[in-house]
Amino acid sequence: MLIDLKHIVKDYQLGLGVVHALRGVDLKVDKGEYVAIMGPSGSGKSTLMNILGCLDTPTSGVYKLNNANVSTMDDNELAGIRNREIGFVFQTFNLLPRATALHNVELPLIYNGTPASKRREMAERALEKVGLKERMHHRPNELSGGQRQRVAIARALVNNPSIILADEPTGNLDTRTGDEIMEIFEAIHDEGNTIIMVTHEEYIAEHSDRIVRLRDGVIERDESV
Amino acid sequence: MKFFIELWEGFKIAMAALWANKLRAGLTLLGIIVGVTTVIGIVSLTQGLNKAFSEQISSLGSDILYIQKFSWFDREGWEKYRNRKDLTMKEVNALKKCATLLKAVSPSVGTRKTVKYRNNSIEGVTITGTDEAKTSGAYPEFGRDLSALDVENRRDVCVIGWEVANKLFNNRNPLGERIKIAGRSFKVIGVLEKQGEIFGHSLDQEVKIPIGVFFKLFGRHRWITITAKVKNPKMMEEAKDEIRGILRRVRNVAPGKEDDFSINQMDVVVDMYKKLTSALYAAAIGVGAISLLVGGIGIMNIMLVSVTERTREIGIRKAIGAKKADILWQFLIESVAISGVGGIIGIVLGFGVGKIIASISPLPASISLWSIFLGIGFSSAVGIFFGIYPASKAARLNPIEALRYE
Repeated sequence: MLIDLKHIVKDYQLGLGVVHALRGVDLKVDKGEYVAIMGPSGSGKSTLMNILGCLDTPTSGVYKLNNANVSTMDDNELAGIRNREIGFVFQTFNLLPRATALHNVELPLIYNGTPASKRREMAERALEKVGLKERMHHRPNELSGGQRQRVAIARALVNNPSIILADEPTGNLDTRTGDEIMEIFEAIHDEGNTIIMVTHEEYIAEHSDRIVRLRDGVIERDESV
Repeated sequence: MKFFIELWEGFKIAMAALWANKLRAGLTLLGIIVGVTTVIGIVSLTQGLNKAFSEQISSLGSDILYIQKFSWFDREGWEKYRNRKDLTMKEVNALKKCATLLKAVSPSVGTRKTVKYRNNSIEGVTITGTDEAKTSGAYPEFGRDLSALDVENRRDVCVIGWEVANKLFNNRNPLGERIKIAGRSFKVIGVLEKQGEIFGHSLDQEVKIPIGVFFKLFGRHRWITITAKVKNPKMMEEAKDEIRGILRRVRNVAPGKEDDFSINQMDVVVDMYKKLTSALYAAAIGVGAISLLVGGIGIMNIMLVSVTERTREIGIRKAIGAKKADILWQFLIESVAISGVGGIIGIVLGFGVGKIIASISPLPASISLWSIFLGIGFSSAVGIFFGIYPASKAARLNPIEALRYE
């Protein structure tokens, strides 16, 4: 079992009231699965994504990642988990604008102290995988949207994480480019990587093996495709 | 190893960030540069002054006591000192005979006169009447010094300073020639080695003659200074006590009455001078501290802007696995880099200013290692002090909110 969520609750204090973003989510994900998380806005899918990505901790409940209890870790331990276990792909790419593609991909390796020569080698290999090796010295503003997202995917892959977490990865791209990106995800999945993707597009979700639908902070439906 | 990789990366990131905002970083730098330049400039001048002064003082000898009617520093009781009995040869002889802690005792009495040789003359030469005892001052470069016989027989002989020899005789050998002082003719028996200046007053413009001759020529009613060289510089106080005892007896000072003479020492001058310059130091450091404070506020301001601008970048870095400490270091290195570079430029400029002032004015400049460390230390401290708040603000950012920041 790679991911094991047990009755995850997340409350936010908002002004005088409390927002219950997640009201008890139970979810298990095995290694190598390709899961899409869907739901209308306000359903709690972003919150779930943040918790899965160890950017946030639940108010109550237990989150076990690779049998480690993540829900009780402090900030620094979580940073380490994010670095080793999780690769993020965001809707808005979130690349460092001043850094080259290569440097952007190297970034996770910097934070775990990989020596420079090894770092470069690993980053080049990751960029090769997404077909961008020849553009590795370009900055994000010299790349198209699809190319930027591919850099971001390379960055997510470079550290061989346990999970790739993608948050609306095609949301800022046109349909054709979006399809190209989805092909890359499929290729990554075929190599045995675990992918969890948040989306609200039905046709995107259909690329996955399993769709988890959220509504009002609980799982409404969990079905295989 | 991991720490150094991260530190080095942090350094590179900081440098890239500064390079991306060259103008902004440069202006902030300026604030630090002004502060450090001020401190280093003034410190190097003050130190140069101190060093020159100490060297001049020590060339006069710190193991020498000057026994006089007047105290060098107590100016208020002028009347009191004036009414004291003059020091005479009687005291000199008593000290020579009885003192055990003194290596040498010599009287000296001086005046300023014009010295002539044929058609050449020099005005305002210091004429010193003294004896053969060697307490301080220069040794003869040519010829010989005054001897006991010269003094005892009151011979009309003289030993002349380097400058006197040069000005009066040009390139001729002065030994054996006769010069005129106040209408009396003296035979030159020696030329003193070059001594240089002290406080702008040349020590080489001097003529030494036997003290008896001096009294005959200029009269007895002049202040004698008794110069005493102490055998062991560590026993200055004991030597002073001995002198005091001998002189009180010779001068019949009643028990319980205070001394009617003063024992002066160069150390007092040095102490006095140090007090003066330490005030200057304090003022310089005060001015520098204020401008560094202003510079530091500039750094803090710019770092806060930088943190806000790069909120999203911080979010990305955190999502990817940067720990709080990583972010803290990144921004701290950036602010220390500004202040450190400012410090180094300031040190270079400060010494430059010191050198320029030294070359266009008589003030000397001195570069010392500790003022370099002071400059770098001070400016780095400013970088850390004013950088820590923005950096910790960056480190504390919530990654989710930071990623959402537009």
